Amino acid sequence: MHAIEKIMAHHAGLETVKSGQIVTAKVDFAEINDLYLQTIYSFKEMGGTRVWDNTKCAFVFDHFAPTPDVQSAQNHKEMRAFAKANHFKHHFDVDSGVCHQVMPEAGLVYPGMLLIATDSHTTTHGAFGAMGTGVGATDMATILLTGELWLRVPEVIAVRLNGTAPLGVAPKDVILTVLGTLHADGAVYQAIDFIGDYVDHLGVAGRMTICNMAVEAGAKTAYMQPNQAVLDYVAAHGVVDYHVETTDPDFQYAQTLTFDVSQMQPVIAFPGHVDDVRPVAAGTGVKVDQGYIGSCTGGRLADLEIAAKIVAGRHIPEYKRLLVVPASQAVLQAGIQAGYIQTLMAAGATVTAPGCGACLGVHQGILASGETCISSTNRNFPGRMGAVDADIYLASPATVAASIIAGQIMDPRAAILEAIK
Amino acid sequence: MKQTVVGPAFVLGDNIDTDQIFPGHYLALVDPQAIAQHCLAGIDPQIAGHFPSGGIIVAGRNFGCGSSREHAAIALQGMGAGAIIAESFARIFYRNAINLGLPLLVCPPLHGAIVAHETVQLDLLSGIVKTAEHTWQGEQLSGIAVDILQAGGIKPLMRQRLHQGVSG
Ligand code: SF4
Repeated sequence: MHAIEKIMAHHAGLETVKSGQIVTAKVDFAEINDLYLQTIYSFKEMGGTRVWDNTKCAFVFDHFAPTPDVQSAQNHKEMRAFAKANHFKHHFDVDSGVCHQVMPEAGLVYPGMLLIATDSHTTTHGAFGAMGTGVGATDMATILLTGELWLRVPEVIAVRLNGTAPLGVAPKDVILTVLGTLHADGAVYQAIDFIGDYVDHLGVAGRMTICNMAVEAGAKTAYMQPNQAVLDYVAAHGVVDYHVETTDPDFQYAQTLTFDVSQMQPVIAFPGHVDDVRPVAAGTGVKVDQGYIGSCTGGRLADLEIAAKIVAGRHIPEYKRLLVVPASQAVLQAGIQAGYIQTLMAAGATVTAPGCGACLGVHQGILASGETCISSTNRNFPGRMGAVDADIYLASPATVAASIIAGQIMDPRAAILEAIK
Repeated sequence: MKQTVVGPAFVLGDNIDTDQIFPGHYLALVDPQAIAQHCLAGIDPQIAGHFPSGGIIVAGRNFGCGSSREHAAIALQGMGAGAIIAESFARIFYRNAINLGLPLLVCPPLHGAIVAHETVQLDLLSGIVKTAEHTWQGEQLSGIAVDILQAGGIKPLMRQRLHQGVSG
């Protein structure tokens, strides 16, 4: 069996499972973000009064952090009331950050767990050897009622990443390159297991970036076998009790795709399609109005660090803007401590509250019609960050930083060489 | 659950994502009627006001990809969509729609084969899709999906179970 199958079997109380089988699994943690007030409504419509276990669910206020309008303020108010009435052990209000960053920081994510959240990017937690998957509001309501969810055991495909990344090739470039081959529907209903020596040596932040975007190929979940960096991370965040699952050596993947990371280069996804991935050079000369560094994909400390190093001592051109949205309060604080935030601000960056910010086009940096943004986020669908005819290019934080300084899309390698000199 | 759904076709392409179905800008809305008014606004804000009642959406691959927002399924249902046929669906969208009692059918590529406004008929138990001229065999729904649709959605189903003192 695959490690993911073992996690599912364990949570369903079964010895074995196989792909295609439908199981009813006990959920270790249910996390609900602030787009999902409907969860409470559905819960009540089902006849629910008390949640099944108030130590195993939490609200994270991230998409509207802090609230941009009266309607979202009302939604937060109702969610707070529900959390209070149910005596939730954990609650993450508008001071926290993006759910996928906040959860591991709070020590609520660990190898072998089954984490369900009302967010498609819950695949992120495969980085920790957990099974994380997203559901909608009403599915979540059934979990709050029963602590269980029906799931289909997915086929598992392997994405083998071999070799060492050359200069300027960030985990974001790696996953964009994979998506360019796999395409936006290349893994629908399936799980992606990222394997290979690149993954074995990858730090937690890079692992999270890659697993985060597995859903852009339609994957139900992602997985990476935990390495020492993961075990150290969870220990540092107070997790003691967990079980690491491992894939049996004779496990047959539905498909294996192999990539040589050492041959990769910095890439961008062209507007409208996350899988329209080309070398950064293909976009050279495209003028950008806004650079965006943030989100559950590209708003962690390592992302702020490389951006700060690139912009240090420079300034973005007049009439342009660079938005920096730390993924969490902890990332912001660490970024201040390390001086990255000050460097970015000195270069003309606008730092906004930790959370989702403009990643989903709700507030704090929305694009006007005809504008172009280069972004370290994960989606460039038409209208994702504002006007339907605004263009979003997806890139690594380094490419975003180098491009906004240049005022146009720019390969980051020269700037990185300069920065590390 | 009505076993047969009949309505005029409303044709869309591949990879219709949930930002196009329901832009993030409106996500704070909770009233289904208000949500429905912005359905498909990411493609054209005029669609919701002119969508034919009971219209059957005929789409390509990976319908509903992207965000897990249930608003997308609520909007389509509220706008009056009778069912959605596509070559494939993104999994969270699929669950959301079935949970709400909005029928979905996975069918071989219909691109170009069904034109806008043409009457489409689908049989939810057999998976058969018909127009005046053609018949296609779509995938049969899983037992769980049929149970949920039969109950009129997962909320009534859970209410029944809670009533019977059964969990899960
Ligand atoms: S940062 Fe963006 S992608 Fe991540 S959870 Fe928030 S809105 Fe979604």
